[in-house]
Amino acid sequence: MTLSIGLTINGEKRVIPLDDPRVTLLDLLRERLALTGAKKGCDRGQCGACTVLVDGRRINSCLALAVSLDGASVLTIEGLADGETLHPVQAAFIAHDGMQCGFCTPGQIMSAVGLIAEGHAGDDPERVSELMSGNLCRCGAYKGITEAVLDAQRTLNAAKRKDAA
Amino acid sequence: MNRFDYVRPASIAEAVAAAAIPGSAFLAGGTNLVDLMKLGALRPSRVVDIALLPGLEDIEWLSDGGVRIGARVCNADLAYDARVARTFPAVAEALLATGSAQLRNAATLGGNLMQRTRCAYFTDTASACNRRAPGSGCDASGGQNRLHAVLGWSEHCIATHPSDVCVPLVALDAVVEVIGPAGAREIALDALHLLPHHTPERETALAPGELIVALRIPGVAARFAGHARFLKLRERTSFASAVVSAAAALEIEGNTIRSARIAMGGVGTKPWRALDAEAVLAGAPPGKDSFERAASAALEGAAPSGNNAFKIDLARRLVVRALRSAADGTPQIMPALPASAFSTESKAGESRVA
Repeated sequence: MTLSIGLTINGEKRVIPLDDPRVTLLDLLRERLALTGAKKGCDRGQCGACTVLVDGRRINSCLALAVSLDGASVLTIEGLADGETLHPVQAAFIAHDGMQCGFCTPGQIMSAVGLIAEGHAGDDPERVSELMSGNLCRCGAYKGITEAVLDAQRTLNAAKRKDAA
Repeated sequence: MNRFDYVRPASIAEAVAAAAIPGSAFLAGGTNLVDLMKLGALRPSRVVDIALLPGLEDIEWLSDGGVRIGARVCNADLAYDARVARTFPAVAEALLATGSAQLRNAATLGGNLMQRTRCAYFTDTASACNRRAPGSGCDASGGQNRLHAVLGWSEHCIATHPSDVCVPLVALDAVVEVIGPAGAREIALDALHLLPHHTPERETALAPGELIVALRIPGVAARFAGHARFLKLRERTSFASAVVSAAAALEIEGNTIRSARIAMGGVGTKPWRALDAEAVLAGAPPGKDSFERAASAALEGAAPSGNNAFKIDLARRLVVRALRSAADGTPQIMPALPASAFSTESKAGESRVA
């Protein structure tokens, strides 16, 4: 059986033939579309390394069957920067040293982008940690990650206020 | 993952017909089903994707003050719905204590009700498990069973039901709306999940093809809005299943509890309503004595299924804590660590109701 799905990936509309409904979004991105930014850590929704945005919301791409997402819009770490200009969350992770080995970083950053868009953390580090608890960092860079998320949120909110003015 | 036939019907009637074939499974958010399929613990021959079915994403307020929640409403949307959180705060608190933000964005309410009662022996296909492979035995009995059930278990299965949100929902008399090959019907949430007895493979009262389309919380449950809590003890602060959880909801008039609702998670083979404990509190004054008597009644009949006797004491204490927190009043703002018993310590003598 051949199934075909339409996805908008990092702004580009694509028609993707699927020969097997078992393909997860993560495997589709990594193995078939050469987008290897999202990482396969646990493959069970427990580590968050595979986090991407689907229709603007962060999910574990390892637990989503690609075939089920027909028509969706997917944003991965590869589509986050504006050309050579890093996204404010990417810049903040560098500024605050929010990583060590880097394996979890694409998932951390996409999760942070989702968290800021959700808007439930305020400026409370405890709420940021709680809402980032779906992303494990075995190097233990959590302090820098939390600071980066709060800093990026301030930058993005200031830009939003400027746009509104 | 086993091979399966994938269908994505456009109507509920087609979905019900497609799933009536034995071996079928409905797919919503996929966070439980896909995980268990990858592990080989579930091997459906057909997956019926309900993504296109109309009307399953609505949150609709009813004339009795209750709410009807579509089965495909995701945990995050339900938890952050301001009116749901205001009217049924323990439901929102339980949802926000569940999984991670990523999982809450994908996991649906219907999927939460239908997630499998399971333990590590269920997910490990090399182990004997009567729930996964009927008649094969139960390696959890006599195995690593510190986190297993102390209520409702049988010699055939001792796994706990993992849901958080079912705990306040069962306490609030939620009703499940189902459509199946034989038409539409309603099931009290308390009657949806079955005790294992000698047939642990039968998890719910649903017939093949029956689809949960919505869940209703009756308007009378709103009377507990001012005094409702869900507390959850876990082995780490966030993103972990309950060792023990408790929902407590009180209706207080003056210095008297008019009515109470109590349920527990992490201790039973299904979400565990504690009706006897509720009866203890009806007409009693809120306070330590009443709460301790109620908690003892809640755990009456509990028995260790292995190396887990500690859960009985722990659950008794958590019920007391949940009742005390509920009596103190629902927090105006959701705690930074939802449902954490450690961020909600109420101070003796500062209770607003006592």
